[in-house]
Amino acid sequence: MESILTINHLTKKFGHLTAVKDLSFSIQKGNVYGILGPNGSGKSTTLGIILNVVNKTAGNFQWFSGNISTHNALKKVGAIIERPNFYPYMTANQNLRLVCKIKGLDYSKIDEKLEIVGLVERKHSKFRTYSLGMKQRLAIASALLNDPEILILDEPTNGLDPQGIHQIREIIKQIAANGTTILLASHLLDEVEKVCSHVVVLSKGVKLYSGRVDEMISSHGFFELKSTDNTKLITLLKSHESISSYGSKNGLITAFLSKPVKSEDLNEFVFKHGITLTHLVQRKESLEEQFLKLTDK
Amino acid sequence: MLRLLNLELQKLLLNRTSKILILISFVLPFFVILLSSLKINVFGFFTLELGELGIFNFPVIWHLTTFFASQFKFFFAIVVVSMIGNEYSNKTIKQNLIDGLSKKEFILSKFYAIVFFSLISTVLIGLISLCIGLYYSSYTEVSIIFMETEFLLAYFVKLLGFFSLCLFFGMLIKRSAFALAFLFILYILEWIIFGLITWKFNSNLAEKIQNLFPLKSMYKLIDQPFQRISMSKFPDKANLAYDYGVHFFEIVIVLVWTSIFIFLSYRLLKKRDL
Repeated sequence: MESILTINHLTKKFGHLTAVKDLSFSIQKGNVYGILGPNGSGKSTTLGIILNVVNKTAGNFQWFSGNISTHNALKKVGAIIERPNFYPYMTANQNLRLVCKIKGLDYSKIDEKLEIVGLVERKHSKFRTYSLGMKQRLAIASALLNDPEILILDEPTNGLDPQGIHQIREIIKQIAANGTTILLASHLLDEVEKVCSHVVVLSKGVKLYSGRVDEMISSHGFFELKSTDNTKLITLLKSHESISSYGSKNGLITAFLSKPVKSEDLNEFVFKHGITLTHLVQRKESLEEQFLKLTDK
Repeated sequence: MLRLLNLELQKLLLNRTSKILILISFVLPFFVILLSSLKINVFGFFTLELGELGIFNFPVIWHLTTFFASQFKFFFAIVVVSMIGNEYSNKTIKQNLIDGLSKKEFILSKFYAIVFFSLISTVLIGLISLCIGLYYSSYTEVSIIFMETEFLLAYFVKLLGFFSLCLFFGMLIKRSAFALAFLFILYILEWIIFGLITWKFNSNLAEKIQNLFPLKSMYKLIDQPFQRISMSKFPDKANLAYDYGVHFFEIVIVLVWTSIFIFLSYRLLKKRDL
């Protein structure tokens, strides 16, 4: 696997506050990574450090194979941080030309990328006349100009209306489908769950988890059950070897699994013992539940 | 280098405010000098023609035009300060760095723009002085024409130094208006220190030290020409004599300040978290 970014023991202190503490992880080509964490957990600071705008206190990071300076590496990266920052008095086209000049690209890609985000008709309008959604889409177009090795997005849907959020997500999915490596920082879990294959969970600057999303949700899930005789059902469930614990709430029984069990097998098992289920749902814990468990500690 | 200059020129010239200010800073001194060289009939009472006074003679004209033109440097100073202030308020400085511009390149692109505009201004003033001089001057020998053209060099260095100072204040304070206020504060500060040294020691020493300060050293590059002109009118008054020449060490002092300001701007940006 080709490594795109390696972070080793990165630490950032703002005075007495430690924003990022001894953080290490690496990013491999072709995966979609999510950085999860509540507000103020150090996500943006970490991205700021690797993007050359925040100075690190200790540790190191290297882009690609490591023998390239950060600012030159960034020419192969596309990044959007928090809010779209462009020159308000320039048109979309002029702003993108400026980015081309910085990255050393020719202007031929501008129209193609504006097409992807649906801004071609407005390319000669000044940036200050854009709505927030359009500004964010322009930022994505700008980040894609160099056909980046990795696309870094920090809270790309923050402050957008539902349509805007949907548009941005569709664009991200489309880019991910093309095989571009993506690093997405967000506190919106369903967003990460929907698009990411790997996740890094941060809280107060400390890494709590890093690895595949499906491994983070490592449990075998649980059943939600209802029957006409719940007391008998509970006694029966206690005797089942694959059920580690259970709970009961408002007549709904939740049975947590220690081993994978198919719903049809469980249904057959209880039916054999003379209970007919009125409700049977097999569920997995959501990323949100896992995340809250992790960050609650 | 051309890439960085090109970058900065796009930022400046597409902005209407800075475009107007740049135009004013070039055109205004141009017109003032041009107008003053014309015959002006004041309501038919008398004709004012400054050319008659002999101030447009070579080599005095180099001294005179560079001195007056440099008073208009304030317009471009606003541009310099706001080109930093805007980058901060639009947060485009952050975006520039993320897009792959290094901090060094960022400062250099600003510095190249300063050099570029100072150079254009110098060339323009040089050309207009030459034209007016050729029209009015009583002496048109080549050797006399190109006498004292070091005033042009001084003019260039003066602009360069002053704009570098503005660049530094812009980087330091991040807000255009406050940065301009700081220029004024620095001016006052230089005089306060001058006063203090005069009070403790003597005015001779104080002046020597003050001549090393940024604003005063830039001012000293081109001394005021009035005394020189009255001297030429009344050659017998020896007590008017003063040293108005451009000196090598004066240029060096300003160049040292220029490099200090550019270096400090870079250090400031390097240390700063954006």
